[in-house]
Amino acid sequence: MKTTENENIEIEMLLEAIYRKYGYDFRSYSRASIKRRILHRLAISRLKSISELQHRVLYHIEFFEKLLMDFSINVTEMFRDPEFYKTLVKEIIPVLQTFPYIKIWHAGCSTGEEVYSMAIILKEEGLYDRTQIYATDFNEVVLRQARQGIFPLERIKDYTYNYQRSGGKESFANYYTAKYDSAIVDQSLKKNIVFAGHNLATDGVFGEMNMIVCRNVLIYFKKNLQNHVLGLFKASLRHHGFLCLGTKESLMFTEHENDFEAVAGKVKIYRKKIKTLENEASI
Amino acid sequence: MKHQSDFEAIVLGVSTGGTKALRMIIPNLPSTFPLPIVIVQHLHPHSDSYFVEDFRQCSNLIVEQAEEKVGILPGHVYIAPSNYHLLLECERTLSLSVDEPVNFARPSIDVLFDTAAEVFREKLIGIILTGAGKDGSAGVRKIKKNGGFVIVQNLDSAQVETMPRAAMNAIDVDLVIPLEEMVPTLLRLTGML
Repeated sequence: MKTTENENIEIEMLLEAIYRKYGYDFRSYSRASIKRRILHRLAISRLKSISELQHRVLYHIEFFEKLLMDFSINVTEMFRDPEFYKTLVKEIIPVLQTFPYIKIWHAGCSTGEEVYSMAIILKEEGLYDRTQIYATDFNEVVLRQARQGIFPLERIKDYTYNYQRSGGKESFANYYTAKYDSAIVDQSLKKNIVFAGHNLATDGVFGEMNMIVCRNVLIYFKKNLQNHVLGLFKASLRHHGFLCLGTKESLMFTEHENDFEAVAGKVKIYRKKIKTLENEASI
Repeated sequence: MKHQSDFEAIVLGVSTGGTKALRMIIPNLPSTFPLPIVIVQHLHPHSDSYFVEDFRQCSNLIVEQAEEKVGILPGHVYIAPSNYHLLLECERTLSLSVDEPVNFARPSIDVLFDTAAEVFREKLIGIILTGAGKDGSAGVRKIKKNGGFVIVQNLDSAQVETMPRAAMNAIDVDLVIPLEEMVPTLLRLTGML
């Protein structure tokens, strides 16, 4: 029992130390996953305890950067959950069509696969030229990769399959060039995407979005941080703006449950209500 | 053998041949079964929740797909969704992640067992059934290390024996039993028989 108890205390202190020293706030991340990552880093670094690891983190920024990579969620794929993209085209795109200019915030974009997927959908629907996509992540390393838009060629088979199941209208090969063992995304997909650093735990609002996409990020957060981030999204969306979460994420039992209504419940696409609680209070 | 009050949760991992094996267990447990059961069955990443529906129909227990932040309760069976890892948090709630596959699997049995062993320690029963691969063998090692109880399906009754064999090679398993003895054993371990 002692070990676990001590480890849990050490983890809290480590996360506190990281926050104070480097400003990254992992204190409200779901603990089980964070703990696995810390213990993994501990094992491969041949350190004896989390306290020892904390010392390394404080005194060696390179070591902290390694841990930061461990903590960031870097697993993604193009057209993950084809059903989501299919629904997007059917239900959401027709609404977005009515706007002269569209702003989309992709929060927690990681290495960018899902951002480029969105760009492809918008292009095929004739919307890309009047869209600005802000793609953000707290991790500068993954953002750099996202900006490059170079993906392992071995994944293309899966991506093509996903693309086809998403209702893609072209040949997926039109969107990349194969070079050695890499697939380089078509340059034209990049022109309206801005990749930028933003930390959902500590940074502020992005204004007047028509749509926010944040998929499989909230599952890593504890309830309080989920509420904080959903509040941030609510404030960043226009009235009736869309919020797209991961297929296994939900607004149920969060503080913001009543500020949104489900547009496509199965794939977790919501719309901000015109009357949210604060608005009502101010009327 | 331990006393009933010793256990608070069951985690179960199964791969190839899993549906058939689970059908011998889950529908045969009574609605009064006192422990929550959390299951990782390896599924194709694109498969949906038909598997959960299937079991919901024929079980006395409440069978549901695991959702994040849900507290686990006795009388319930939680099944990991495809393409997500399932983890247990110290508040005894479930969480999901899209981290890299472990042992080529997502959900991975090791991930569930590892996190459940952290939470329930000696009050956890871990079960490994039929399957290919070695997922779960690091998980059962962790469960044993934390004082929990491990049951593995015997090789003769397993449709594919690599996974139970890997678990047996990893640790000194508490019980190795055929599939048909799983239900009576669980009832005995929880003081219901």
